[in-house]
Amino acid sequence: MLAALSVLESVTRTELISSRHFPPPTKIFSTLARELGSATLWSDLANTLGGWALGLALAFAIAVPLGIVVGSSALLHRLLALPIEFLRPIPSVALVPLVVLVYGTGFQSKLFLVVFACLWPLLIQTIYGVQDTDPVAMDTARSFGLGRTERLVLVTLPGAVPYIATGLRISSSVALMLAVTAELVIGSAGLGRSINLAGEGGAVELMYALIVVIGVTGWALNSVFARIERRVLHWHVSVRRLEHAR
Amino acid sequence: MRRVTAAAIELAMALALLAVWWIWSAGSDSFYFPPLPDILATFGDTWVFARAGSDVVPSLARLTAGFSIAVVIGIGGGILLGGSRTARGAVGPIVEFLRAIPPPALIPAGIVALGIGDVMKVFIIAMACIWPILLNAIDGVAGVETTLVETARSYGIRRRDRLRFVILPAALPQIFAGMRISLSVAIIVMVVSEMVASSNGIGFFILQSQRSFAIAEMWSGILLLGLLGYALNRGLTRIERRMLHWHRATRSSALART
Repeated sequence: MLAALSVLESVTRTELISSRHFPPPTKIFSTLARELGSATLWSDLANTLGGWALGLALAFAIAVPLGIVVGSSALLHRLLALPIEFLRPIPSVALVPLVVLVYGTGFQSKLFLVVFACLWPLLIQTIYGVQDTDPVAMDTARSFGLGRTERLVLVTLPGAVPYIATGLRISSSVALMLAVTAELVIGSAGLGRSINLAGEGGAVELMYALIVVIGVTGWALNSVFARIERRVLHWHVSVRRLEHAR
Repeated sequence: MRRVTAAAIELAMALALLAVWWIWSAGSDSFYFPPLPDILATFGDTWVFARAGSDVVPSLARLTAGFSIAVVIGIGGGILLGGSRTARGAVGPIVEFLRAIPPPALIPAGIVALGIGDVMKVFIIAMACIWPILLNAIDGVAGVETTLVETARSYGIRRRDRLRFVILPAALPQIFAGMRISLSVAIIVMVVSEMVASSNGIGFFILQSQRSFAIAEMWSGILLLGLLGYALNRGLTRIERRMLHWHRATRSSALART
């Protein structure tokens, strides 16, 4: 890491890559340090993360219950399979212009795009997870006389949790991408807009500093979700390993 | 027979949804949601084939170029890094950081460094697509069963042949998983890059239509992107199925045995 940074530093210092296009890392970091003291950076970050968090939460609230319902009924799944297959690959960014017309250029537009994009990974993972219930566990529960709701809570849901966790991790990075895109293209307040403005205004060092900020943010979110997932999956895999060992 | 009924139900549902949209929008005097027949008529006028050459072809060309570059670098890098633990340790943090940057955030940097031409867009698309492919290729290569590799080695199979006949096939399922993720990212980034800075392309067309209040045109573009996304995904799945049929076969037979 340090080696790569020092190579970058020397390459840019010696103007092998023009510093107007890519300033030396030390300059980027000093700009970053200065920006860390400014309120704009923090309010931008709060705006971006606000869209990310609220969008992800809304998508979760819609997709997971829906996925459970659709996943536990073969008929419903069949009815909805094709519409889902058709809606899912529509790049959510295609809806940018429509969203601008309907919701304007504010926070709502960003929220809508994030929710739309996050819905599909979560929905599909939940459906898979519910359908992948261990039939033996299910039959056992049934023969013990567990009711419908009890079976759902005690058997189906725990089995689906690893899948939902994966869906959440995918959605998290998609959500960040869409939040930044909305800020970039529509101009809702946030890091994306500031990066764009810095680029257009020729403030190259600021632009790269903000890109570093968004990268670190994304990295932090990734590792938090990976850690959550590992904890959930750890239980899952270890159970399966035990079964294998036997 | 059951498969036929299943397909019939799926088709009926899709048609029903279309019909609902049709009826609901037929009496619509809302400016933003024009009647479906109008959208379809505009779709025909616009894309078959008046603007196909001027907007669809450039978009797809950039997509293909960026995606191919990412596939080549991703698989190549995956083989290099997957084979060596030290290399992985050294490059790991950089990859983790670069991967975490949402690709659209790089567009302004791309414009500053490369201008607003095709080079910039191909670069951004490739940048966005590399990471899922690279990471999956690394995992795939590193996860090849050691018994396989060592058997091949003890039979005196040369390095190049080992790579071609043992390591690559074993890593291919994972690589394809990465490519599928990358493809949808590629489409998003293609559209965004065209919306931010371009003079042609589907993304440019949609945004331009919206700005000039050509609402039916805008909808036709959205429809086209949906169809393109669907078709591209189907295409990749088909290639995957063809190249990995042995994999599915071995897996299902292994399942049948247990």
